[in-house]
Amino acid sequence: MPLLSVRGLRVDFSTPDGVVEAVRGIDFNLDAACTLGIVGESGSGKSQTVLSLMGLLADNGRSSGSARFEGRELIGMPDGELRGIRGNRIAMIFQDPMTSLNPYLRIGAQMAQVLELHEGLGRREALRRCGELLEAVRIPDAGKRLDSWPHELSGGMRQRVTIATALLCKPSLLIADEPTTALDVTVQAQILALMRELRRDFQAAIIFITHDLGIVAGFCDDVLVMQDGECRERGSVESVYARPAHPYTRRLLSAVPRLNQDARSRAPGRTDLRPALEVSGLDVVYSLKRPGMFAPAPRLKAVSSGAFMIAPGETLGVVGESGCGKSSLARAVIGLVPANAGRITLLGRDLGKADKSAWKDARRNMQMVFQDPLASLNPRMTARQIVAEPLGACRPDLSRGERGERVVRILNRVGLADGQLDRYPHEFSGGQCQRIGIARALAPGPAVVICDEAVSALDVSIRAQIVDLLMELQDELGLALVFIAHDLAVVRQISHRVVVMYLGRAMEIAHSEHLYGRPMHPYTRALIEAAPIPDPKVERNRTREPLQGEPPSPLNPPPGCAFSARCSFAIDRCRREPPELRPVARSMVACHRAEEIAPSGA
Amino acid sequence: MRLRSVCGVYDARMFRYAIRRVFAAIPTLLILIALAFFMIRAAPGGPFDTEKTLHPEIEAKIRAAYHLDEPLHQQLGRYLWGLAQGDFGPSFQYIDRSVTELIREGFPVSLQLGACAMLLALLAGVAAGGWAALRQNRFSDHAVMAVSMTGISIPNFVVGPLLILLFAVHLDLLPAGGWPTEGFLARLPNMVMPVIALALPQIAYIARLTRGSMIEVLRSNFIRMARAQGLSQSAILLRHALKPGLLPVLSYLGPATAAVITGSVVIEQIFGVPGLGRHFVQGALNRDYTLVMGVVVFYGVLIILFNFLVDICYGLLDPRARQQN
Amino acid sequence: MTAAAILALVAVLCVFGPLLSPVAFDYLDWSHVSAPPSLENWHFFGTDDLGRDLFVRTLVGGRISLMVGLVATAVSLVIGISYGALAGYVGGRTDQVMMRIVDILYAMPFMFLVILLMVLFGRNIALIFVAIGAINWLDMARIVRGQTLSIKRREFVEAAQAAGVSTPRIIRRHIVPNLFGVVVVYVTLTIPQVILVESFLSFLGLGVQEPMTSWGALVNEGAKALENAPWTLIFPAGFLAATLFCCNFIGDGLRDALDPRDRSA
Repeated sequence: MPLLSVRGLRVDFSTPDGVVEAVRGIDFNLDAACTLGIVGESGSGKSQTVLSLMGLLADNGRSSGSARFEGRELIGMPDGELRGIRGNRIAMIFQDPMTSLNPYLRIGAQMAQVLELHEGLGRREALRRCGELLEAVRIPDAGKRLDSWPHELSGGMRQRVTIATALLCKPSLLIADEPTTALDVTVQAQILALMRELRRDFQAAIIFITHDLGIVAGFCDDVLVMQDGECRERGSVESVYARPAHPYTRRLLSAVPRLNQDARSRAPGRTDLRPALEVSGLDVVYSLKRPGMFAPAPRLKAVSSGAFMIAPGETLGVVGESGCGKSSLARAVIGLVPANAGRITLLGRDLGKADKSAWKDARRNMQMVFQDPLASLNPRMTARQIVAEPLGACRPDLSRGERGERVVRILNRVGLADGQLDRYPHEFSGGQCQRIGIARALAPGPAVVICDEAVSALDVSIRAQIVDLLMELQDELGLALVFIAHDLAVVRQISHRVVVMYLGRAMEIAHSEHLYGRPMHPYTRALIEAAPIPDPKVERNRTREPLQGEPPSPLNPPPGCAFSARCSFAIDRCRREPPELRPVARSMVACHRAEEIAPSGA
Repeated sequence: MRLRSVCGVYDARMFRYAIRRVFAAIPTLLILIALAFFMIRAAPGGPFDTEKTLHPEIEAKIRAAYHLDEPLHQQLGRYLWGLAQGDFGPSFQYIDRSVTELIREGFPVSLQLGACAMLLALLAGVAAGGWAALRQNRFSDHAVMAVSMTGISIPNFVVGPLLILLFAVHLDLLPAGGWPTEGFLARLPNMVMPVIALALPQIAYIARLTRGSMIEVLRSNFIRMARAQGLSQSAILLRHALKPGLLPVLSYLGPATAAVITGSVVIEQIFGVPGLGRHFVQGALNRDYTLVMGVVVFYGVLIILFNFLVDICYGLLDPRARQQN
Repeated sequence: MTAAAILALVAVLCVFGPLLSPVAFDYLDWSHVSAPPSLENWHFFGTDDLGRDLFVRTLVGGRISLMVGLVATAVSLVIGISYGALAGYVGGRTDQVMMRIVDILYAMPFMFLVILLMVLFGRNIALIFVAIGAINWLDMARIVRGQTLSIKRREFVEAAQAAGVSTPRIIRRHIVPNLFGVVVVYVTLTIPQVILVESFLSFLGLGVQEPMTSWGALVNEGAKALENAPWTLIFPAGFLAATLFCCNFIGDGLRDALDPRDRSA
């Protein structure tokens, strides 16, 4: 008999606009100690499915159907009985570790309450067990951490705490709802490695909900693909990935960019031409709030000596984990935050010396696409007004009529129909909003477009469409693109050359095939190793030692190489003197030991 | 053991913080004093304007006795110097009484009313608000909210007379006013109505505040997490939701004190209670400079002090705020 | 919706109602002193101890109360918005200094200062406007500043900056329209507060002067004559409470409608 057997599970929400069917008849079985991945895009009903099993639906939600767990029916079980199962036999981990812990209770108290409740232990005994579990999830100084407050821990550490809490009563089923989505890729790899180990030690079955097909490939036995509240396909990971039966699964799988595949062959940028944008020695320093009246304001160096150049028609990818300074770099280049040092040359013109009118001209030639499609559009302006605005600001040479025509042409080009132009942002989907954002950037006819995480907030299939659109537009218009993202696979797909950043510094710059084929810097290698690949055969045979630790605070960076604290190759010299970016093989690398530790072979 | 060490670190930081706050309060107080001082002196009329004009010589003597003949800045300096020693100066109206004495007499009366009203407002407001939050969008929630909206909308100077009409005139249950001095128990019946009138708008406001913040907290991720761990509704409420849910109420206590103090001016008048508020209105009407100044400064200090206490409590309850201070 | 209708009705009554009655608000009808409400002698709400018609007096008092509400709110609106928007948009040290000033003013027992002002400088309507407006702008300034700061950080403002849109245009097109919602909500919540403060002053006998009147002053008179002529309290108090209730109710509804977090509830 399976551990959990779900038949015809439905979830409805009654809203003022009528009944919304979030889940419409899902069936699956889960055996003990097996792992089921549920994948789907946002709004597919994957989270509601598991929340209904736990009886945790919002007040207006109602579930029906059947879910038998260890011989007991969960759907319709009275709350009091269900509470004995929750946190005891079935435990759950949520997406956002930053908000899943109660900020007003110490870690120990939050963990111990579970044992006190389900196993009736006293506080002292419970705390001892909690300490053991914290050790099991590899939290350093586990004993002391029991006295910590949640805000004193980093995101990765907090997620370890929630995992430890979930395992306290040795549940037979663990439900993980996007447990690594809010984490950086190297931390995600640590958490996944930890969960693999714990799965082996604790022999718990796992339901793993995610939008990331790569994680499912490496982590799960079975997979269930959901769309619009329905199950599109169900089966073992191997068979589904090798022979997807449903068109939706096929579309999803083909939309995911892969690290291990060669990117589409792209015409290289014209390096013989004058560079469109050249940046050198760029420093961005933020002054933070003074801690006291007489104390000096702490300074946060977000970018130090940032340098790159980019030719017309070329895409430069910038990758790095959160807080590595990639967004600050973009904002400084486009003048949204002041640069403290350095030179920015746009189309041969030094912007450092630019006066007001020259900046205006620069703005016309350099535009930006932002991360959050909805937030970057003024909710009180129509699509037409939004796109017309920069045109009015930077192209006073055009007549009113010409501008109007141009706005319509560009909006049509990015895929909006004439009838949609006078709608407001909230009437558009996320993908459409981002199309408007792109149209706004293109309106003045720029030579350089900076995309700051422009596709990160979008679902896989929409993301693929937007990336295609960007590449088409680039080919048509000869744009130079600076493409900033944390997702290595997307960057690989679109970029000619790639910069890897860590703690405000460039670690490696190389052509994308070299960077991904033969990464020279240990950090680049760690990043690539950490990124999951949506192919079960490849993913399961990868040997990896996830990078330990998390990036240090940019407020007090290590004196030598920024990466030295986490680098397994670090020697004394690395901790003393910061390495310069220098050519090694066909890359530019900032590492003292690049030659010694370079992977052999091409 | 380990708890004490944590507190030790906090104590040192708290001490520094307290010192800083005291220094920060000084300019506020000085501005308040200067503002009140000059406003009073700039006003037409003086403390000794009576129906019959005094003999100029006598008036000059009186003025000299109260130092009113000195230049303004000197008077202000004298006043501040007195204040620093805890002396609010002599009352102009009540001959032979110092303002300090008057405050000492009136304040305990106001304090009893105010403290009881605040206590009642807190207990009733939090209970009603919390209950409404738990039953969000159901009938009882709407009922509590409608009642509290009414509570906010009916000023306490309307509630006071209505209470008198109902309980003193028609039902004859409670005395309509007065303030027996034979002890707390003897005054209890006299206190019921003023306290209720004073507390009612605050109950309503606190209920609404509690409901709003509780609903927000109950929606947060860590509450969902606690539910997923199998905790019962009451455990979630007491252990997880109450503290964060009450923080906004805590920060409202500062303004609430100010509101209760202001309200007591009217309430004391309606119910004939000899508190500080009455002194203030009488003093202002009689141009009793020092008495009015004294009451304003005293209440100013009280409000500043209360805000400070609230901030300290906030730090005790919220570990994150503690780190920032 | 009902609240808005009631409010409109009260306002219309206050403006035009006195015209319906044959008696003036300060006419002393000695034949009906402290008369209970009746339809026959035109004293719908009865008369007070001087024989003045309470119906007309309540509505005339309502004119004053509503006017104080609107004008004083407008005063606080103008000061608050300019102060808050300036502090929020300029930011940095200017902002810190400006907000420090607000903090200092916040700690003052303002009601007392206003009472002082009224006592010492005579009961002048213009002074009431200024005094009440001067208290309420503090809240407005804080709210506007906070909102400006958060809008300034939104991506669409950055996008406009990156597109080279000029600062005045950004403030006009991007910041002000998005401030609008919060300000409207706040205005509907400020009006009742202001009316309350005015009636509070009038109750203490420090507001408008006889024979002019306002709801607060009427309540004061009514409270004194409570035992013999309860109607003199109940009618003005009812009008006052109904107006405050409706304003609060509308403000609350608007706030919920504008706050996307509450829409899911």
